Amino acid sequence: MMIGAPDMALPRMNNLSFWILPFAFAILVSTLFMEGGGPNFGWTFYAPLSTTFAPDSVNYFIFAVHIMGASSIMGSINIIATIMNMRAPGMTYMKMPLFVWTWLITAFLLVAVMPVLAGAVTMMLMDINFGTSFFNAAGGGDPVLFQHVFWFFGHPEVYIIILPAFGVVSQIIPTFSRKPLFGYSSMVYATAAIAFLSFVVWAHHMFTVGMPIAGELYFMYATMLIAVPTGVKVFNWITTMYRGALTFETPMLFSIAFVILFTFGGFTGLMLSVAAADIQYHDTYFVVAHFHYVMVAGAVFSGTAAVYYWLPKWCGKMYNETMGKIQFWIAFIAFNITFMPQHFLGLAGMPRRYADYGLQFADWNMVSSIGAFMYGGAQLLFLFNVVRTITHGQPVSDAKVWEGAEGLEWLVATPAPYHTFIKPPVMSVGGEGPEWRVDAPAPAMAFKMAPEAG
Amino acid sequence: MSSEGNYYVPEQSKLPIFCATAMGLMAFGAASWVIEGGDAKIFLVGLALMTVVMYKWWSLVIDENMQGLVSPQLKHSYVLGMLWFIFSEVMFFAAFFGALFYVRVLVNAWIGGEAAVALFDSTPTAAAAANNEILWPGYERQWPVMQTPDQAVNGDSAMFKGPDRSMSLPLWEYPVSQWLSKLYTLLPWLPLWNTVILLTSSFTVHLAHTGLKEGKRDVFLRYLGITVMLGFLFLCLQVAEYYEAYAHYGLTLKSGIYGTTFFMLTGFHGAHVTLGTAMLLIQFIRGLKGQFSSDDHFGFEAASWYWHFVDVVWLGLFLVVYIFG
Repeated sequence: MMIGAPDMALPRMNNLSFWILPFAFAILVSTLFMEGGGPNFGWTFYAPLSTTFAPDSVNYFIFAVHIMGASSIMGSINIIATIMNMRAPGMTYMKMPLFVWTWLITAFLLVAVMPVLAGAVTMMLMDINFGTSFFNAAGGGDPVLFQHVFWFFGHPEVYIIILPAFGVVSQIIPTFSRKPLFGYSSMVYATAAIAFLSFVVWAHHMFTVGMPIAGELYFMYATMLIAVPTGVKVFNWITTMYRGALTFETPMLFSIAFVILFTFGGFTGLMLSVAAADIQYHDTYFVVAHFHYVMVAGAVFSGTAAVYYWLPKWCGKMYNETMGKIQFWIAFIAFNITFMPQHFLGLAGMPRRYADYGLQFADWNMVSSIGAFMYGGAQLLFLFNVVRTITHGQPVSDAKVWEGAEGLEWLVATPAPYHTFIKPPVMSVGGEGPEWRVDAPAPAMAFKMAPEAG
Repeated sequence: MSSEGNYYVPEQSKLPIFCATAMGLMAFGAASWVIEGGDAKIFLVGLALMTVVMYKWWSLVIDENMQGLVSPQLKHSYVLGMLWFIFSEVMFFAAFFGALFYVRVLVNAWIGGEAAVALFDSTPTAAAAANNEILWPGYERQWPVMQTPDQAVNGDSAMFKGPDRSMSLPLWEYPVSQWLSKLYTLLPWLPLWNTVILLTSSFTVHLAHTGLKEGKRDVFLRYLGITVMLGFLFLCLQVAEYYEAYAHYGLTLKSGIYGTTFFMLTGFHGAHVTLGTAMLLIQFIRGLKGQFSSDDHFGFEAASWYWHFVDVVWLGLFLVVYIFG
């Protein structure tokens, strides 16, 4: 919808990539009930834990990952084809909304790294069942090879999660600042730079496996470089708000919290990137705190912001603003109560991935648990608010729900009609930036279905 | 960018959910199959469903195209889809090539007690040597790995035993000065013939394409037919090569990292040749039915791109697995 297209470029393939997921998840869940138990080697499934010492259910895990990978690849190819091929006439790449840009780059990352993950699990499959020795030094292979292949996928994967979040925030902050995004083109280049760097820094997850010093140094410096384009982005978001006519609706609150917390997580990331220091931090709660600040504050906060922001457009009803704000403040405070103490725990030496911990860590763990329950409560409130909006929300009929919102999705009726653009929208170049004219979508569409999200 | 006028959105279809069901069955079935004592029933059911779905799906797409429903914009989406799919395949092979280089250049040196690349690898030689002495004493850096670290330590009771012979260029057994007189040893060397076959087939598929564009149907069919036969011939030779490896070279999937990388790289390539041959065969049948015109033949074009991609991968394999294997 943001590029003026009626649907994805390849709608049936889109449908297929969606329907694969329930089957893949069903396979994964079924492993829990199998003899020998479900896969018991954590999300990073390092060899030999996931090969030599794995339960039989690992095979189901492997094939589920295969079809999920196929789903991701098809979905991403579809996104790329849609963005490259279905933009409205006159919408050049540098006039696309930033959210679209971040998705284009995310999709590219997915197409590039999902096959590598498929390769990694295939190697596991062969090692487990067919006697190969990829991850077995006895045959001349190396368990560390698994970590290299895995993190070549795994590091871009975390950017796959965060880049769309950047896009969301880049849409919301200008709207509620009533100013265009500061430094649009530098945002695009920064996103591309982050994507490029994500391919060449994977081994900073493996500083303690015994790489040569040259390798440690290279991955340390390359990792630090990521701070540069990220800094550009943070600077642009803040400068967009500078001297803007700010209002603080719920999506904006979440976006500002995103900028603050993500920046904080970015700084602890810089601490971790120092190879010499990382040897102390490695696999402690400090790392846990770091990636929750970037991932939860990054992906979950911006996801929440996105839902509040586009919900009126999706269903034609307004959410309860007061409840939204209450949810925000609980979430923001609870998040910090949960994860801030984990920095102290980690620095004091509490390791990750143990069910138990020493007594000296008990106090901060209790604080953290209280925060976690509060945070969970905030999420329940969020769910309640969304459901209530759909069932009992105030109807909105303005095409432009938010006063300062720009972009194609705010020019069409609310809620958006099915297959929004039957004809491409027409662009007339005005004084400042592009101006779009959307012909009222013809009512001729015979389909009767719920409106699709753009 | 979109053209003027209305967008084309194909009508709704139930095929995707059947396709996903088939994939789910195949994944679950394959996992049940590889576990000891398992069987292939569920997998085969999935495969059968998948075959039906693929036939129906492509028939539908071809029908829609023949009716003139497919807009130039959608055709361009097909082009983009195929190109990015090939890119994802490139990355899949990259994982295996990467694994090969990592093991061959770095790991092999480290467990052999040496520094890998003197310029970059500052691991002190003493530390590397200790590494070797403690973990795999007696193992020496070598490629192809004919004697695994396991064998170096455990001798005949080793689980991983290296192969008796490798698939490398036969000339390496002789000093360079004798190469000219030993050229005949290349004659029974199958990889060389397979290279010739694949390169020729890439050329013939191009000739078929040119013929089609010029509207010469007979040229198109002749060269496409030859291409399919060359693809089939390649596969036959590869089967012969694998038989030779298992029966006479002691080279199997289980013979250490050399057997592992050799069979996984060439095996996945072979699987892709099989797929490519099948794709081209279908295009040949479609050609016989007269479904292509000189300006509308994307089905064939996509298959031929795939074929060229498979050919390029082979050249990489030929270089790093066979010649410098």
